[in-house]
Amino acid sequence: MVSIEDYGEFDTEWCPGCGNFGILKAIKQALVDIGRAPHEVLIASGIGQAAKLPHYMNCNLFNGLHGRSLPPATGAKIANHELTVLAVTGDGDCYGEGGNHLIHAIRRNPDITLIVHDNQIYGLTKGQASPTTEIGMRTKIQTHGVFNMPLNPLALAISLDCSFVSRGFAGDVPHLTELITRAIRHRGFSLIDVLQPCVSFNKLNTFAWYSERVYKLEEEGYTPNDRVKAFEKSLEWGDRIPLGVLYMHEKPTFEDHLEVLHSGMLIAHKPKTELVNELIDGYI
Amino acid sequence: MSVDLNIKVGGAAGQGIQTIGMILAKTFKTSGFYVFATQFYLSRVRGGHNTFQIRVSDTPVIAMTENVDILIALDRTSIDEHLKELSNGIVIVDKDTVELEDVSDSIFHVPILKIAKDVSGNRIYSNTVAIGAALGLMCFDFDHLAGVLTSTFKKKGEEIIDKNIEAARSGYEYAKKNYPSGCKFLITEPKKKDKLMLVSGNDAVAMGALAAGVQFLAAYPMTPSTGVMTFIASKADRFNAVVEQAEDEIAALNMALGASFAGARSMTTTSGGGFSLMVEALGLAGITETPVVIFLSQRPGPATGLPTMTEQGELQFVLNASQGEFPRCVLAPATPEDCFYLTAEAFNIADKYQIPVFIMSDQYLADSLFTCERFDPSTFLIERHLLHANEYESTQGKYRRYAFTTIGISPRAIPGQANILVVADSDEHDEFGHIDQTPTNRISMNDKRMKKIEHLKKIMSAPQVYGAGNSQVTLIGWGSTYGPLTEVVDMLTKEGHSVNLVHYTNIYPLPIIPTKEFLGRSKKTVCVENNATGQFARVLKEYADISVSEKVLRYDGKPFSPEFIIRSLKDKGVI
Repeated sequence: MVSIEDYGEFDTEWCPGCGNFGILKAIKQALVDIGRAPHEVLIASGIGQAAKLPHYMNCNLFNGLHGRSLPPATGAKIANHELTVLAVTGDGDCYGEGGNHLIHAIRRNPDITLIVHDNQIYGLTKGQASPTTEIGMRTKIQTHGVFNMPLNPLALAISLDCSFVSRGFAGDVPHLTELITRAIRHRGFSLIDVLQPCVSFNKLNTFAWYSERVYKLEEEGYTPNDRVKAFEKSLEWGDRIPLGVLYMHEKPTFEDHLEVLHSGMLIAHKPKTELVNELIDGYI
Repeated sequence: MSVDLNIKVGGAAGQGIQTIGMILAKTFKTSGFYVFATQFYLSRVRGGHNTFQIRVSDTPVIAMTENVDILIALDRTSIDEHLKELSNGIVIVDKDTVELEDVSDSIFHVPILKIAKDVSGNRIYSNTVAIGAALGLMCFDFDHLAGVLTSTFKKKGEEIIDKNIEAARSGYEYAKKNYPSGCKFLITEPKKKDKLMLVSGNDAVAMGALAAGVQFLAAYPMTPSTGVMTFIASKADRFNAVVEQAEDEIAALNMALGASFAGARSMTTTSGGGFSLMVEALGLAGITETPVVIFLSQRPGPATGLPTMTEQGELQFVLNASQGEFPRCVLAPATPEDCFYLTAEAFNIADKYQIPVFIMSDQYLADSLFTCERFDPSTFLIERHLLHANEYESTQGKYRRYAFTTIGISPRAIPGQANILVVADSDEHDEFGHIDQTPTNRISMNDKRMKKIEHLKKIMSAPQVYGAGNSQVTLIGWGSTYGPLTEVVDMLTKEGHSVNLVHYTNIYPLPIIPTKEFLGRSKKTVCVENNATGQFARVLKEYADISVSEKVLRYDGKPFSPEFIIRSLKDKGVI
């Protein structure tokens, strides 16, 4: 039996009260609920406060470059698709620096769960605008307030027919745990955009601000099987912010298309180097 | 009489000059000749001016000389540009399709299109007629060509084969009958017919990777590296490998690193522009000590540069790419044999030292065809250097991915094993892989990584010495320039000069063999490089404290010919 203790408790470098704590707790609990042992889990991350998360739990981890959590996660999933692969990243990391990889990861549909700590601000570099910062917010760099349209990650993902699109809230750990559990169990690429208050740099989108606005889709009888309705839902932002699964459907995963994986992990296959002689003969 | 003939096929992209060239090259090879072929093409799918040049000899040839004996001109540009390369040669041209005034005595009109239509009923057989005509001028044994045509068009059925053979025979007979003096280039077939391969540098690299058991390749297509990716993709299913076309080169190398981290033998293929995007991930390979093979086929830069031409302009870039300091290995094949064996070896080096290893080729080596001895994969053993399953227990759940060891190499495990957690970080980290920014750890970890280069140095192979051991003049080369340089040595030695060649394929770390011993005996050392500044000369200065006395450089996008090098040596007063 896997227990929460297996995942350990570690000191962190996060600010007291940070939304990241809730997300860490939810990830660990979800893995326990599914019964995955730490050695069966690989977390790939990029750079940012969110990307430090895998260091604060027992698991295999590849803490790579800024914006690049998804390509190594994809490569590792191909090499060993029996691993439960999560990519943990932030709004700057995933929607800014790594935007191109997000688009193409959704297109590939590997069985990877992507968890984006979306605090609508840059934390590690101390308070600049991120791709999801709201228009008008002033920072030390955006001195006249942000002009650029915030990126809508859920609308983007639905437009690309992402197989699992959802939103969680770091302030509601049980709900987030359930969401992560569903996302990991889902076959295919899953996006969980997590509303994460930044207590140091985002004075607008606070715990209280979110708590007043969020509601749960499942409590309103919403079924996440219609892409157009889901797109409509993804545009809802302001007085009411939906939480839960907006869109979900099954389709072949990236691994499904790779025939070699049907008979076992790529790394478990013996290379057929003896066939090289045949190739060489073709040149004689 | 020894045979040494150059045949050039010129035309616009889309006219099929590559097919003509390949069939000719195969025909000569089949009949026992040594063949060397180069391609020159522009970055377009249709139009422009492209050439395919074949050198045929009864002794080994691995370079292209400048004099052309037979020019098959499919367009006017071919004549305008290449007529001057003929000294005693012939141009085969169809005046019915190529507008031409009587520009030269060497023009030999063959009604290619008319023959194609008359004999086979379709203009698409024109190229086959031209091939026949060229061989007719040599009174070559037609059966060899018939054999190659049969195997080339095997998949298209007997009718197509027969029509091609008929078209070729008619071109052949026409040339034999109508060329005024007949059999202009009568060549005698070698008696000894070795079972040689006819292979390009790119194909040899791809086969080397497959022989090494490559399991994962992620790349973004870029000339002139794409051939390797395409080749491996076409064989991937049979070899239990996965090839993924990444969204960009950043993703390509990052994916390869993820796969390698999880235990797959991984590589990427690119050229300088794509490698520019990979640089950050190169550092990631360095600090996470993740093995990877990077096939880098050079072309002239900067930026888009001359996309389809050749240069050795990326050496200093590869040696110095990325912030920070970490070990890497750079190998530069000189021949297709090197392409095969060094590529295979690169995977073992990457796995043993847990570093990125480069195979540096260039457009010239990538696209040229060589005849060479059959590759022997049995000489190669796959060595993964992974922590063995029965060693996991001993880690007692405290596996240290970056454990300090005397040689700097830490036992490498892959994720997914009970009792083992594998932690890799792009931050400076402790022995477990977790972030550690303390100065003492930083120094120990940096030293650990750099230590590996000292051990790697010991296995780097010495340069090859070609020609006499002691010479007045020593030419120095690296990578793809080996062919023309050896021919320069042969030509100058024959003329009575005292010249040899010291040629490097193991570039970095520079082998610790007494480099000075190789070069110190010469009065003059001349570094010959396909770039504008002498990048390898700088390597020799930096790592062996050797200053060369002269440099011969070429950076017009074209490869060296022996004649070019000899002219430069004479201009510089070296000989």
